[in-house]
Amino acid sequence: MMHFQSFSEFLAMGGYGFFVWLSFGATYTLLLALVVYSHFQQRQCLKQLADKLAREQRIKQYQESSS
Amino acid sequence: MFKWLHPLAKPETVYHLCGRLYPWLMLLAVTLLLLGNIWGLAFTPPDYQQGDSYRIIHIHVPSAIMSMGTYSAMAIAAFIALVWQVKVAQWSVLAIAPIGAVYTAIALITGMAWGKPMWGTWWVWDARLTSELILLFLYLGVIALSGAFSDRQTGAKASSLLAVVGVINLPIIHFSVEWWNTLHQGASITKFAKPSIDPSMLWPLLISILAFKVLMLALLCLRLRTAILQHEQHRPWVKALAGAV
Repeated sequence: MMHFQSFSEFLAMGGYGFFVWLSFGATYTLLLALVVYSHFQQRQCLKQLADKLAREQRIKQYQESSS
Repeated sequence: MFKWLHPLAKPETVYHLCGRLYPWLMLLAVTLLLLGNIWGLAFTPPDYQQGDSYRIIHIHVPSAIMSMGTYSAMAIAAFIALVWQVKVAQWSVLAIAPIGAVYTAIALITGMAWGKPMWGTWWVWDARLTSELILLFLYLGVIALSGAFSDRQTGAKASSLLAVVGVINLPIIHFSVEWWNTLHQGASITKFAKPSIDPSMLWPLLISILAFKVLMLALLCLRLRTAILQHEQHRPWVKALAGAV
């Protein structure tokens, strides 16, 4: 059963709206930031490895063609 | 059991296992978090003393419990890394530390936002709050120490040692509300006694605690994959993987 009568009452949280939404807002912001950052790190790492591999192959090709 | 555990010391196996587990764990974590929080925010009655402000409990308690749970996990991994020199355990320590730091920060911030309307102050230097703040510094110390040496292996060992020594803070946090006079209220749920919280409020709380736990595992899978790639970049299987991107 829903406790609040209306959406504005839900937002007001019985007068504690600021503190409740501050808590939930900060929580979701921090969690989302951690998830996004971890994904970014994983993608970045794969990209760097691929770049390094491509560079190594280019050097190898150059050495083979010049010798 | 060791036959089953042994492949988990091989980085390549762990990398693929984590990759398979991650999407399911993440999906489960988000579902549980939304279920527990919406239930707790809108479908439970208000507290007889604290009114609607008590709804902060649905993130404060899960993040606080899991800030300690994550620390135990990190310390166990650090112990395994120090004693048996398991590389995957070593990388797990550094993969898990930022998760614990974020959980601890959430526990502190939500605690402050709850303390202001209920106690009349954002912060007091009492036992529970101070020991939880020290937990945050321990996490930050583990992260900072790993990067403080020019030799990465030395840094990893030092941070593992700090993680193991820091375990002393966990019982201090847990019993701080009993050992010292404190503004912080006692536990609403413990493993040893019947919960002092009404069942209608307990269920969404338990779901949210589970959500934070599953989210920790999901993030650990994701972050451990990155750590394995970084440390194993000269292995043929990583090169094959990077070449396919």
